[in-house]
Amino acid sequence: MQPTFSSSRILLPVRPWFIYLSLFLALMLNFLPTSQWSWVPDWVALVLGFWAIREFRRVGMGWAFLLGIVMDVADSSALGQHALGYVLLAYVATSLSRRILWFPLLQQALHVLPMLLLCQLVQAGIRTAAGGGFPGFSYFIGPLIAAALWMPATYLLLLPQYRPVEQDPHRPI
Amino acid sequence: MAAIDHAPPPFFKQGPAPLALLTFYVTLSIALFVVDLKYKSVDLLRQGIAVVVDPLQRLAQTPGAAIEQVGGYFTSLATLQQENAELRRAQLDTAPNLARLAHLESENERLRRLLDMKAREKAEGKVAHILYATRDPFSRRIVVDQGLQAGVGAGQPVIDESGIVGQVTRVFPLSSEITLITDKDQVVPVQIVRTGQRSVAFGLGEGHLELRFLPANADVQEGDILVTSGLDGVYLPGFPVAKVSRIERDSAYSFARIFCDPVAGVENFGEVFVLAPRPPRADLPALKERAVADEGKGELRPKKSRRAAKKP
Repeated sequence: MQPTFSSSRILLPVRPWFIYLSLFLALMLNFLPTSQWSWVPDWVALVLGFWAIREFRRVGMGWAFLLGIVMDVADSSALGQHALGYVLLAYVATSLSRRILWFPLLQQALHVLPMLLLCQLVQAGIRTAAGGGFPGFSYFIGPLIAAALWMPATYLLLLPQYRPVEQDPHRPI
Repeated sequence: MAAIDHAPPPFFKQGPAPLALLTFYVTLSIALFVVDLKYKSVDLLRQGIAVVVDPLQRLAQTPGAAIEQVGGYFTSLATLQQENAELRRAQLDTAPNLARLAHLESENERLRRLLDMKAREKAEGKVAHILYATRDPFSRRIVVDQGLQAGVGAGQPVIDESGIVGQVTRVFPLSSEITLITDKDQVVPVQIVRTGQRSVAFGLGEGHLELRFLPANADVQEGDILVTSGLDGVYLPGFPVAKVSRIERDSAYSFARIFCDPVAGVENFGEVFVLAPRPPRADLPALKERAVADEGKGELRPKKSRRAAKKP
């Protein structure tokens, strides 16, 4: 697989443990006590969206649901709130993945932004419908920051898959 | 040659169609959501997951807490000395009242016995350290480090040194979750100290409270102190709750809009005191039944009565 479909650079196959490790680290980032700053991006949504676009055979709605339930317990929000947002995010990401990967990274970020916004809007929608308070507009700044971080996140998460540019033809493997 | 098998080769197997999966998971999420908010019957599942998540969460917060501790260690001597002097002065200020408290309490008890009244309930409980405020932006909650193991139960009131902070709403094995009185629609039955009028304070969800359903000409002034009335059987009477900060009297509405600020450092970090649950009162059967019902529900939210009162 390539970084984008239009790129000529071939990547190594992804290692499954790296996917799970990155999702775990994103969870740990979300566990940080950042309740005062509601504009902090949802790291799990970002990393989940990334893997749902790139490796939709490995990371899909099942993982999204599981991570959502864990986030619900950790945030002590209503059970199923994050799960619903993440499942929708994973579905959209999976179904658009073949299209998105044709674009350069900046335009990919523009595709990812509405997905993350949808994830956040769905959560705000069902919580306010169930009688929760309005979280304020800074709650919707998180997806903007996350989308802006799409490019660095892509480089970071694809790092273990890059091959050295100069390859030694005499090396046996 | 064997007949050609029409089943697709295994590398085309992708499991159920995405749309079917999506429908399944969305239904499951919404079902969980409704069951959790409406019936509160999945708390066992929540506790089970929390057993795994809670240590991870504390681990994630260790670096921040450590930095804070190191910062605290290097607090300058002058600051500490100043703080010490202030505390000593504060202690001296309260000393006359405190010294006579024991005397007053025994006198009160004797008088009550003479008048054949019920003995005053004593405030007991345990200190808990606030771990963090929950990340959920739709509610106002904090998590403290006392849980099922310390005997904390849902519904117990929580105070700090200056007043009511909130109420325990969920209990996990090693921690418990406190809904602050400023959470949206969190209810505290209160009494205005100056006039003795009873009312109910509703949280607004933005760090303030509101006294609802008081007539536009009610005798309320800015600066009035509200204390718990104790009518609910949850909060002991007499704890400060809030101070009236702003009153809007509009003759177009039948009720005055009265905003209050919490007295306790509700949204600050520190230590709180979890009060032991009040024993159910035998002389109020209706209240007792409700207290039992609330114990399962965990919080006091008379939403229906509110809706009914809004109609006219």
